[in-house]
Amino acid sequence: MTALSARALRKSYGDLEVVSGVDLAVAPGECFGLLGPNGAGKTTTLKLCLGLIEPDSGEIELLGEPVPRKAREARARVGVVPQFDNLDPDFTVEENLVVYARYFGIAKEEIRERISALLEFAGLAGRGDSKITTLSGGMKRRLTLARALVNDPQLVFMDEPTTGLDPQARHLIWERLRRLTQEGKTLVLTTHFMEEAERLCHRLAIMDRGRIIAEGSPRALIAEHIEPQVLEVHGPGYETWMQRAKGLAPRVERVGDTVYCYGEDIEPVLKSISGELSYLHRPASLEDVFLKLTGRDLRD
Amino acid sequence: MRWISVWRRNMLVWRKLFAAAVLSNLADPLIMLFGLGYGLGALLPSVEGMSYLAFFAAGQLCTATMFTASFESMFSGFSRMHGQKTWDAILYAPLTIDDIVAGEIVWAASKAWLTGSTILGVVVVFGLASSPWVLLALPAAFLVGLAFSAVGLIMCVLARGWDFFSYYMTLMMTPMMMISGVFFPAEQLPAPLLAVAKALPLYHGVQIVRPLVAGGPPPDLWLHAAVLLAYAAAGYTLAIYFARRRFSS
Repeated sequence: MTALSARALRKSYGDLEVVSGVDLAVAPGECFGLLGPNGAGKTTTLKLCLGLIEPDSGEIELLGEPVPRKAREARARVGVVPQFDNLDPDFTVEENLVVYARYFGIAKEEIRERISALLEFAGLAGRGDSKITTLSGGMKRRLTLARALVNDPQLVFMDEPTTGLDPQARHLIWERLRRLTQEGKTLVLTTHFMEEAERLCHRLAIMDRGRIIAEGSPRALIAEHIEPQVLEVHGPGYETWMQRAKGLAPRVERVGDTVYCYGEDIEPVLKSISGELSYLHRPASLEDVFLKLTGRDLRD
Repeated sequence: MRWISVWRRNMLVWRKLFAAAVLSNLADPLIMLFGLGYGLGALLPSVEGMSYLAFFAAGQLCTATMFTASFESMFSGFSRMHGQKTWDAILYAPLTIDDIVAGEIVWAASKAWLTGSTILGVVVVFGLASSPWVLLALPAAFLVGLAFSAVGLIMCVLARGWDFFSYYMTLMMTPMMMISGVFFPAEQLPAPLLAVAKALPLYHGVQIVRPLVAGGPPPDLWLHAAVLLAYAAAGYTLAIYFARRRFSS
């Protein structure tokens, strides 16, 4: 039994195929990440899974319900945190939750009992009467998360949950998301922050140009696609040095005026650095995998 | 009946902004009614057997209802759909775009009904109505509201920007107000213009409400009501069609 599965999903807008044969399987209780550069088709994939748009072909099952045919039934047990906050600016914090609960057919009395817990979860205890316009970006994001939980969902979709937040706000969101997985909820999030994916996701899929090009746990992806050590070198004379480095490291590549060396054992390359060259020696990260697989070209 | 939660959301906002909402929906039509009604009324003999003030009040009830319905479904609707993305948020819940369209139309009609019935209250208080027949103007106002809310919501879901609504207002609503017998009997119009008026909803609203204010049953009541209902039904169907198209891309 999967919480969410998609088979051979395709969706085109005009001549442009945005989703070109995506397969997904998310297990209950899992935190699953969908990574990809801008325009990779992440948001469209989420919308397809929620039944907000219809696929051209393919099958989707969300919490046991076929989507889009029974999307309404599925959405009753799902929460959504969209990419851009769309809280109701005319309402207070508490009214936002009460009104949103009504869309799920939850009565005021029932939601009233849960509101203090939701506000506590969102770090907004005592702010129930505040106007939305007085909240900071992080507070709005947390309230949007609390709003996604009014129906006590089994699965929560999050589209770039921490984009635009400062580090403090981002860490608080991460802590809350971990709490949700501990409570057994399934999380499906899209992000282009590798750090976020590495910290939160049990498993992730990298998506590019409408396809899934790699899938696995963050560690497995790093182990599978990239050498464990990375050395970044730049500064005067880097071009000459690069010729030497090519004989010392298994993989050397140049991006602009920076040389990247990848390898199991990077010591010999490290020793060869001299003169005014600057360097950074670090373990390989998910970001290296991401850039290797999706390329370094800008995606606007 | 899921659309009721959409209606209730708008109702809650309205309750919070009560004073401003009532002022803008009522002050304008009432100033117009008494300004024009008394001013012109002093110059004119009775029109169709009524004082000009009462004659114009019946037309003004329908016009004000039309404006409230249209403003709410177009400008406020567009703000919720496009500016605030309230519709997007509702769609994550177990509601569909059809529920939202239904909730928005009935809401705008309700708000319009309130405008119409308040003007009706003024009509009664000032002794412009002569029999209980006038109470039938209450459901009539709701019907007028429903017809214009539905048409307004088509404009809302078709709009790419705020400017779009000025076409509808300037090219449709203003001329419609002039030829629908609000200010003077439509029968005075040249035949082709009268034919145009008869094809539009406002004329039929006036044809129902004016006899009721005068104190009797409106002739051809069911015909006029049927035209208004047809506009509401067609508007609802088209609004859903265009809303689905907008939200599926």
